[in-house]
Amino acid sequence: MSRWTRTADPAADAGWKNAPPRKGFFTDSSICIGCKACEVACKEWNGIPEDGLEMLGMSYDNTGSLGASTWRHVAFIEQPRRAVAASGLTPLPVVAARPGENRSFDGAETGIRWLMSSDVCKHCTNAACLDVCPTGSLMRTEFGTVVVQDDICNGCGYCIPACPFGVIDRRQGPPGTRNVGIAQKCTLCYDRLGDGMTPACAQACPTQSIQYGDLDELRVRAQHRVDALHAAGVADAQLYGADPNDGIGGAGAFFLLLDEPEVYGLPPDPVVTTRDLPAMWRTAAIAGATLLAGAAVAFVRARS
Amino acid sequence: MAECHPVGFQWVMEAKDRGATVIHIDPRFTRTSAMADLYVPLRAGSDIAFLGGIINYILSGEKYFREYVVSYTNAATIISEDFQDADQLDGFFSGFDPKTGTYDTTSWAYEGMETAAAAGSRAVAGRQPPAQAGGGGDELGGRGAALPHSEVRRDESLEDPFCVFQILKRHYARYTPEMVERICGVPPDQFAKVCEAVTANSGRERTTSWVYSVGWTQHSVGVQYIRGAAIIQLLLGNMGRPGGGILALRGHASIQGSTDIPTLFDLLPGYLPMPKAGVHGSLDDYLTSIKSDRQKGFWTAADTYVVSLLKAWWGDAATPENDFGFGWLPRINADHSNYQTIVDMLDGKVEGYFLLGQNPAVGSANGKMQRLAMSRLQWLVVRDLNLIESATFWKDGPEIATGEMRTEDIATEVFFLPAAAHTEKDGTFTQTQRLLQWHHKAVEPSGDCRSELHFFYHLGRMLRERLETSALDRDLPLRQLVWEYPLLQGDEPDAEAVLREINGCHLSGEKAGQLLNSFVEMKADGSTAGGCWIYTGVYSDGVNQSARRKPGSEQSWVAPEWGWAWPMNRRILYNRASADPAGRPWSERKAYVWWDEAAGKWTGHDVPDFQATKAPTFRPEPGIGGPDGLAGDDPFIMQSDGKGWLYAPSGLLDGPLPVHYEPIESPLRNAMHTQQSNPTREMFPRTENLSSPSPPDLGAEVFPYVVTTYRLTEHHTAGGMSRWSPYLAELQPEFFCEVSPELAAERGLEHLGWATIVTARTAIEARVLVTDRLTPLTVGGRVIHQIGLPYHWGVGGGGAIVSGDSANDLMGVSLDPNVHIQESKAAACDIQPGRRPTGAALPRFVEAYRQRAGLSVDTGTTRITPPGDGT
Repeated sequence: MSRWTRTADPAADAGWKNAPPRKGFFTDSSICIGCKACEVACKEWNGIPEDGLEMLGMSYDNTGSLGASTWRHVAFIEQPRRAVAASGLTPLPVVAARPGENRSFDGAETGIRWLMSSDVCKHCTNAACLDVCPTGSLMRTEFGTVVVQDDICNGCGYCIPACPFGVIDRRQGPPGTRNVGIAQKCTLCYDRLGDGMTPACAQACPTQSIQYGDLDELRVRAQHRVDALHAAGVADAQLYGADPNDGIGGAGAFFLLLDEPEVYGLPPDPVVTTRDLPAMWRTAAIAGATLLAGAAVAFVRARS
Repeated sequence: MAECHPVGFQWVMEAKDRGATVIHIDPRFTRTSAMADLYVPLRAGSDIAFLGGIINYILSGEKYFREYVVSYTNAATIISEDFQDADQLDGFFSGFDPKTGTYDTTSWAYEGMETAAAAGSRAVAGRQPPAQAGGGGDELGGRGAALPHSEVRRDESLEDPFCVFQILKRHYARYTPEMVERICGVPPDQFAKVCEAVTANSGRERTTSWVYSVGWTQHSVGVQYIRGAAIIQLLLGNMGRPGGGILALRGHASIQGSTDIPTLFDLLPGYLPMPKAGVHGSLDDYLTSIKSDRQKGFWTAADTYVVSLLKAWWGDAATPENDFGFGWLPRINADHSNYQTIVDMLDGKVEGYFLLGQNPAVGSANGKMQRLAMSRLQWLVVRDLNLIESATFWKDGPEIATGEMRTEDIATEVFFLPAAAHTEKDGTFTQTQRLLQWHHKAVEPSGDCRSELHFFYHLGRMLRERLETSALDRDLPLRQLVWEYPLLQGDEPDAEAVLREINGCHLSGEKAGQLLNSFVEMKADGSTAGGCWIYTGVYSDGVNQSARRKPGSEQSWVAPEWGWAWPMNRRILYNRASADPAGRPWSERKAYVWWDEAAGKWTGHDVPDFQATKAPTFRPEPGIGGPDGLAGDDPFIMQSDGKGWLYAPSGLLDGPLPVHYEPIESPLRNAMHTQQSNPTREMFPRTENLSSPSPPDLGAEVFPYVVTTYRLTEHHTAGGMSRWSPYLAELQPEFFCEVSPELAAERGLEHLGWATIVTARTAIEARVLVTDRLTPLTVGGRVIHQIGLPYHWGVGGGGAIVSGDSANDLMGVSLDPNVHIQESKAAACDIQPGRRPTGAALPRFVEAYRQRAGLSVDTGTTRITPPGDGT
């Protein structure tokens, strides 16, 4: 099967025999308390260097974005009193009531909402970074995740513009740290998964906002959660990256958001940047063949 | 709670998932507010008005749990007719002495106990001889003060005008929703939602819990904040029941442990008061003053706890003939609490100082006073993970930059000893639920880092070696100490041996050498030893019970096999109150412990906190004291009358009931009484500790804003554990102030720009975070702006990854009289755009503010506010 065709089982598609069920993350931002334990646990486990000491003024987010030395990033979005009141948004990330239970409050009491969500590499079903990697450093694991092999990467950087989410980057420094110049991103703790352990971020998350497990099961759980939130009146709750029919064939790490993806700095409709490569190659091949044919005709005519 | 205790907050999220309503009341909108169903901003320092408003709502709306209140609290108890309330005396209770600023609490007593209290049992009634005035109250731990006896007159119809219930009703009648709005800035409709939610969620079927932290304790009336919540919980029947209670969140992992086995000057282990000089000459003097055999409850066995403690410390040298070595205990002669000690240091009265995991140069109020004080020591020992600011203030503190201190003038010899982290040593943490949890050493400490246990064991060993041949009496206590602990790798004492010593053992008789299973086994004849009676049982059956880690899924929902809770592994104290007077659960839903009539004993999900076979119908003969004096419906077994105290007849120094007073630095006149602030507060009027004026004094407009301090998830307290860690420092790299868009507009503050914040103490600079999470409040017809400051940063220190001005430098030192905690959660300030002056220009800048406000050492020290509004 072609790498650019939609697939339900990327590990088998990559040639793994008897691969375990595909693993992933479901990050439920409605119960994220913004503690950033995921960021710290990730860095501790993976030995990632400090990534800048600048105050950004983006609410309590001084991390800014994912990058070579930031594999988990908690976004903080303050939606002001006036804007929330005027927009008709659900003011707070309320937790769903059980059926038949009356909640004392409708959640409309604060007039401000403070959204928090922990972003991470999406481990796309159709992963452009992997597609464009000329060395084979980026690989699909038996768990269906996408991992950089540090000892193979030559630092060409093709993967960086290929990622539709801006996740992967080359480590710039500081000097003396590991893997400077090499492409770096979340491995979904490949070195823990092999031992049956939970990835560090999910292990550290105190509220189970980050859930790790079999992707099929996570998707079912997420759908239940979003249904419950809708039933509780949180109309804006939506899943992001959970649909296998989206532009990346569904994400291995997907999210429950309480507002539009753009609010969290996520592209609203991500598309694998290599989606059009087959068509482009076909066009190029036709063009090349046409050129060759033309040259041949010219050559033959010239000889004759 | 999400902000400072994110790991514990998982249980709030789980409760929420099960349908719990979460209400957050706080001056700033935090990560907790973001998860709450209802967020209520209020003015810092106005909480008693808020809590009093809820009490008034409960009483006037007949929302209290009548059966619980009548049977389990002192609501029916008749108070002395001499008592006069704050509503009669405009902010004072009867018995105030303007000269000393203290109360004679005789008139607060239960009816019939006034004379008994005055006739020689003064300490029993919670008072101290005049010479001790200002020395603070007794530390009482988990119990009320002693009573001379437990024979009280009760009116269970609750209609006697002198019963506690009627006094409470009159006392809180003025705490109306309108008054709450006028003082707290909380609109009546929002306040009504809180009242309705709290009362609707309390009763037979449901319980409500209150959670607080230093936002309540760090006030000049902090103890009374907690008392306010306690009154609500008793009126609603939320004590001793699952899902109820008042949960104190601690600032560190084992702060509970550090009061159980105390680092406080006025406590011995297990909440035994420290003996006082000139009062407690003999063991007998001491015992008769801390308990009365005619009061009810388990505190009457205090003699067994004290003697066992003395036997644990002095072993064979402690004999009946020498009062078990009671004379070797140090005595306290005055207030030696933290801030008083700092003031004594300033005056050159203190030679040496140990700092263990504490960074007062950054973490204590009035940082400059802290640093000046330490510069007058002869020696200072700092044991910490990192080279904190308190170890380097003498070369790079803010006063070196301003020229107020010069390194060459400071004679303090500083010893820095690197400490082992909790992962590098064995031991326990005791958390807020009184749960002891053992932690195992995971790695050896690196380099010269050593545990506190190592440090103190070997310090004691070397001191004892030096004193071996001493013939001086004063050296006897050290020479006679039991100081034998097995040493493990690296000369590290065996921490489990210490825990066994704390647990206690039999010294003679058949069971000699065996560990105690319960403090009930302790004897006052010297046949048992135990280092902290409430911890007895942590090593029951010879097993370190605190090391148990059975997963919750493999045991009952109370999870008794996870760690060990004092006392006796009880997870909820006073849980007799979870059953009705007849011993039946209040409801099936809230069943916890109950009386099993067939078996003739108490049973349930937890260890019953009651004498196991005492029937609910039991009534003692009059005059019987101790545990046998408890009736079958007296659930509060450590209280001297067996009841929960809505009204505290003794034990508190500033009143039997909470009253709203303004913070010492307030922009507003007290709307409740002429008396502006707590008349019994402890003050340190001196040039290093100036206060700004509050109404009715003039000059308050120079410092027009309210400033409060707090923590962020990303850092830990004064930063010693987080600013040196790159992974934490990068998450909140710079000191900032949080201001509302409205205040930013009023003062021209720019987001991410700089601001200078000024109080009577000093001026500091911070980056500006303009946020809707701070909101101006309309209070008493005025718009009040509040400024929020996280207090994690400091100047100086060796190797910190991030640093910045310290918020605590802004705060003054005035104390709650009961527990000597400073008012650092509400102060008055000004804020201006731009960076602060540096060098010698900084003190001049602050001095100009002081002159404009007319500050002197006496500002803000008036105990009795003169009549007239002065605004």
